[in-house]
Amino acid sequence: MSKVRGVVIAVVLLTAVSGCGSVSAGSGGSAGSGGSAGSSGGSPRRGAITVFAAASLKVVFTELGEEFERENPGASVTFSFAGSSDLVTQILAGAPADVFASADTSNMSKVVDGGVVAGQPVDFATNTLTIVVPRDNPSRISSFADLGRADVSVVICAPQVPCGSATQKVENATGTPLNPMSEESSVTDVLNKVISGEADAGLVYVTDAAAAGDKVTAIAFPESSSAVNTCRIAALEDSTQPDSAAQFVDMVTGPVGRHALAAAGFGAT
Amino acid sequence: MSGLPRWLFGAAGLAGLFIVAPLAAMLVRTRWSDLWGLVTTESSLAALQLSLRTACASTVLCVLLGVPLALVLARSHLRGLRIVRSIVLLPLVLPPVVGGVALLYTFGRRGLLGQYLEILGLRIAFSTSAVVLAQTFVALPFMVLTLEGALRTAGQRYEAIAASLGAGPTMVLRRVTLPLVMPGLTSGAMLAFARALGEFGATLTFAGSLQGVTRTLPLEIYLQRESDPDAAIALSLVLVLIAVLIVLATRGRGARVKL
Repeated sequence: MSKVRGVVIAVVLLTAVSGCGSVSAGSGGSAGSGGSAGSSGGSPRRGAITVFAAASLKVVFTELGEEFERENPGASVTFSFAGSSDLVTQILAGAPADVFASADTSNMSKVVDGGVVAGQPVDFATNTLTIVVPRDNPSRISSFADLGRADVSVVICAPQVPCGSATQKVENATGTPLNPMSEESSVTDVLNKVISGEADAGLVYVTDAAAAGDKVTAIAFPESSSAVNTCRIAALEDSTQPDSAAQFVDMVTGPVGRHALAAAGFGAT
Repeated sequence: MSGLPRWLFGAAGLAGLFIVAPLAAMLVRTRWSDLWGLVTTESSLAALQLSLRTACASTVLCVLLGVPLALVLARSHLRGLRIVRSIVLLPLVLPPVVGGVALLYTFGRRGLLGQYLEILGLRIAFSTSAVVLAQTFVALPFMVLTLEGALRTAGQRYEAIAASLGAGPTMVLRRVTLPLVMPGLTSGAMLAFARALGEFGATLTFAGSLQGVTRTLPLEIYLQRESDPDAAIALSLVLVLIAVLIVLATRGRGARVKL
């Protein structure tokens, strides 16, 4: 038994050492490793940018990133997708990002007020809410009014997050008070609860419903236009690659970007 | 003199600093003038009450479930106990969110057991009971580990004597074993309470987040972070204060382990 124990200890120590090594070595998808990449001492590779983008932009931006790398050989784009307010906290605390794309205007304003934006932010897409239900629609939901039924378990975003404030606006516009089973901190959690069948219905962005494909059924409702979230993008002042950052912003706001965003279900600005 | 090499104090000091520094950073960042206001908002009080209620319920459940389990693991001679112990301690290693997902797959609407409960009209997921279940799931290993350790240390001398004097197994358990390991049991319960109070990932995944029903203090802090970081820090301080009180209470008892 002591031999096994010795082997286990050796493996654990080796993993720990390599874990520390990899933190400074390369960029992953997360801001955490991005933070310590700076401390490794080497200068960043030419044309390597880090983009912090809201979670709802994940699918579209990943595609646009690949397009960017194809059009600019030698360039590379690393993404960090998270809730907009999480990203704002990280940026204001000094996380090394070159570009920031938020899911709403208030989060971008926080970054602008923090004085870390280069130039002016640009609106590049809009997003509205839709009702999603599990594929087979067990509660037979057909309109927003059905969400107010006592036998329907609804999951929504909490008011403190962008999709939650949009939900509140929509609730007021339709006049149907919602009694949610849970108020999630991220729209992905809402979507997952609907996909797994735990919830009978949820309110998510149109783009999330589109990305989920057949796992959910989306039900549009007219009052969704009363709560429109506008996505904004800006290059950041402390960027070490200002040219590449500006190029990426131009791509997103230009025809290539607009085409990809429209295909994913985003509205035009 | 303690007989410890001097360099050890340097290393220990570093370890202490590692823990104290982030706490100090939090204290520095707090807006002390607004603290009371931030902590007594409706949502904060609801979260605090819910956290305390559910943590107490979870601790009781941990004691009811953990004591028999610890006794069997420490004192019985069944085969395969080593494997059982490894499985029972899994929630310690599992990321809490994974624990929550597993609970959902068991008790959720379409879960292993949940689908039958649904037919009976019992919805566990996304209720306060779900919070208690999630907290118990992650806190139980703490109870079991602590108590099993105390049982092993205590040995079985007194139990053997009691049995030889004619006491049946239940009387031995009630009058000899449990009173002997009461300090260990109390430490285990305190640890379980602390773990249950701080539980986040499993609660969020299995129970959801609704004020007054399932939004415990850690979930409230997570939510407040998004819009009001000062409120989040204020609530975090409340949790830290409770944690300090628990640790002080435990240390007093733990130091007097008998035999």
